[in-house]
Amino acid sequence: MKEKELEKLKEYKYGFSTDIENIKAPKGLNKKIIKFISNIKKEPQWMLDWRLKAYERLQQLKEPDWQKPKFPKIDYQNLYYYSAPKSMKDKPKNLDDLDPKLLETYTKLGIPLREQKRLNNIAVDAVFDSVSVATTFKEKLTEKGIIFCSMSEAIEKHSELVKKYLGSVIPLTDHYFATLNSAVFTDGSFVYIPKNIRCPMELSTYFRINASGTGQFERTLIIADEGSYVSYLEGCTAPMRDENQLHAANVELIALDNAEIKYSTVQNWYPGDKDGKGGIYNFVTKRGACRGKNSKISWTQVETGSAITWKYPSCILQGDNSIGEFYSIAITNNYQKADTGTKMIHLGKNTKSKIISKGISAGNADNTYRGLVDINSKSLNARNYTQCDSLLIGNKCGAHTIPYIKNKNFSSNLEHEATTSKISDEQLFYCNQRGLNQEEAVSLIVNGFCKEVLQQLPMEFAVEAQKLVGISLEGSVG
Amino acid sequence: MLNISNLSATIENKKILNDLNLSIKAGEIHAIMGPNGSGKSTLANVLSGKKGYEISGNIKYQDKDLFKLDIEERAHQGLFLAFQYPLEIPGVNTSNFLKASLNAIRKSNGKKEFDALEFLKIVKKKAKELKIDEKILNRQLNVGFSGGEKKKNEILQMSLFEPKMVILDETDSGLDIDALKIVANGVNTLRDKDRSFLIITHYQRLLEYIKPDFVHVLMQGKIAKTGCSELALELEKAGYEKI
Repeated sequence: MKEKELEKLKEYKYGFSTDIENIKAPKGLNKKIIKFISNIKKEPQWMLDWRLKAYERLQQLKEPDWQKPKFPKIDYQNLYYYSAPKSMKDKPKNLDDLDPKLLETYTKLGIPLREQKRLNNIAVDAVFDSVSVATTFKEKLTEKGIIFCSMSEAIEKHSELVKKYLGSVIPLTDHYFATLNSAVFTDGSFVYIPKNIRCPMELSTYFRINASGTGQFERTLIIADEGSYVSYLEGCTAPMRDENQLHAANVELIALDNAEIKYSTVQNWYPGDKDGKGGIYNFVTKRGACRGKNSKISWTQVETGSAITWKYPSCILQGDNSIGEFYSIAITNNYQKADTGTKMIHLGKNTKSKIISKGISAGNADNTYRGLVDINSKSLNARNYTQCDSLLIGNKCGAHTIPYIKNKNFSSNLEHEATTSKISDEQLFYCNQRGLNQEEAVSLIVNGFCKEVLQQLPMEFAVEAQKLVGISLEGSVG
Repeated sequence: MLNISNLSATIENKKILNDLNLSIKAGEIHAIMGPNGSGKSTLANVLSGKKGYEISGNIKYQDKDLFKLDIEERAHQGLFLAFQYPLEIPGVNTSNFLKASLNAIRKSNGKKEFDALEFLKIVKKKAKELKIDEKILNRQLNVGFSGGEKKKNEILQMSLFEPKMVILDETDSGLDIDALKIVANGVNTLRDKDRSFLIITHYQRLLEYIKPDFVHVLMQGKIAKTGCSELALELEKAGYEKI
C-alpha cells in the first residue's frame, strides 16, 4: 500500500472527529476505504490484511441474481461504508447517555431499552450505524468469564478467539454479499461462553441504521464452548427514507461439544412506504456450525420489515448427534418481498434438523420459502422434518415454496409438509360479528397461524413480537 | 328493539328480500320459518352487516339506524348472530378467541377488560351451566369440531356476551336431541324482558323447547303469514304450499 494514501486517510479521520455530527468515510468501495475503516477502528495489521484479502476476492465475484425478488442494480460506489456518531470520543457509558432518538424508536416499537434493562435483566449491545455505542451488564457477565462486547473491542482484546473463529463458518471466499461484508464490516457483537457455563441472562443486540446513504455491514460472532448455553436476540430498526439502504450482515455461530446456541431475530427494518418506495435491502448471511458432538443451534426469526428480505440462516451439522432448528415467520405487506428459508447440511451421524416456516403475504407482496436439506453420504441416520405454511391475505399477493432436498444416504428419514391457506372474508365476518375489528381479527388469525414459531422466542420478546405481527399487517384488509 | 321496514336486499342481481317488514319488541321471541331459498339466512346476514348486498329500506335497532353501524359496532351494541356454519380458524385457541371478543365488547361499552384468570373462571362457569364440555376451550376455534360442538360453541358465546338481540340462524339443523336441548336451554336461560330473539329454523322441533311469541312464514323475501306458536305445528303438517 502507498504511504501517501494512508496519510490522507489519517487526515480524514482527524478532520471528521472534531466538528461534524457524523464521522463518515467518503463514498465508494475501494482499498482506501477499507484501510480507512480499519484505521479508524485502530485494527491490527492481520485484520486489515484479512479485509483486503476479502476485497480482492470480491473483485472476482458477481452479485447473485437467482433470487425471486429482483431489484435495481446497487451502485456500490455510491454508498457510505462507514458512518458513526461524532460522540465517539465520549462514548456513552450507559443507556441513559444513548441518543434519545434511538430510545424513542424502541419505545414506539414497544421495546423500551431502559425497561428491558430494568425489568428483564437482559444484556444489550446497541449498534448505531457502523459502531457499537453501548454494551450493558458487562461486569456481571465477566464474573462468569463470559465475553460480550462489540466486535471492535473483541478484535482488540480477544484477538486469539477472533482469529481462530472469524470466517470459519462463512469463509472469505463465500458469496458476494458475505465477502463484501468481510471486506467492509464495521461493528457488531461478539460473544464467547466458556466451558460448562450457562449464560445467566439473555444477550441481545439492537441494530439501528440512522445515517442516510449508508450501508450497514455488521458482523456477529458467537462461540459456545463445550457444555455451554446461550440465548441471543437481535432486533433491527431503521428510519423512513425514500432511498433503498443496504444491510449486508454476517453472523457466525460455533457450538462445540454439548453446547447450545439459541439465536432469535426480530427484524423490523423500514419496509418502504405503501407504494413500495424506499426500505431496507436485508441481504444477510447467517450460518451456524454445530462443530461438536451433541451440539445444537436453533434459529428463530420474525421478519416483518425490509423492502427485500433475502437470507437463509443455516446449520452445518458436523458433530455426531447434533441438532439444527429453524423457526421462521416472514411477513410481507404492501410491496415487500421476501426470499427466505434455511439450509441444513447434515455431515455427522444421527444428526437431526427441524424446519418450521410460516410465510404471510398481504397487499401486493411476494413471499418465497426456499430451503435446502442436504444429507451427506457419511451422515448415517439423519433426520429432517420440514413444515412450510403460507397464509395469503387478499388476492394480489403471492406465496411460493421451493424446497430442495439432496439426500445421499439410504438411512435418512425426511418428512416434508406444506400448506397454503387464505384468510377468507367469511372468517373476517365471523370475527367482526364477535366484536373484533378488522385489525384485531387479522392479528388474531395471523398470531394463531404463527403460534408454533412465536412460542420459540424468549418469553420477554414473544409478547412484543405478537404485537409487531399485528402492526405490520395494519391496513392489509378492507 | 328491532324495527325493519320495507327491507329489500339484492345480491348478484337477484332480489332475495323483497319489501320485508318486521317489528320485534324487547323480551319477545320471534321464529321465522320458510322454505329453502326464501331469504332466511339473507335476513340474518343483512341484520348483522355482512357485505355484498344491495340494500334498500330501513332498520331501526334500539332506535338507531342499523345501517350506520359497522359489523363490529352492531356486535358491541348487543347484536349477536349464531352462525348456521360457524367458521374454523386454525391456530386460534377457542378460549383466546372468546376472551378477545368478550373484551372487545366490554371495552367498547366502557367496561373493564377481563384478565386471563378472571375470564377462565367465567367461561368455565358458563360452560358448566350449559352442560358444554369445557375441553372445547383448549381446542383450535371450531377446527375439527363436530356439527353439534360448533353449535354448542355458538351458544356458549351467546351466553358469555349476554347480547340484547340474538339471531339464531338454523342453529338447530343437524343436531341430535341432546344437543338440541342444550341449545334450547341456552336460549331459555337467557330469556329476559330486555332481550329479544329471532330464531330462524326449518323445523318445528326446536319450538317444542323454546316457545316463541310469534311465528312468521318467510316466502319469496317477505313475511307471508304471522301467527302464534300453533302456526309452526300447522306448517309441519301441511307444508308451505297452502300459504
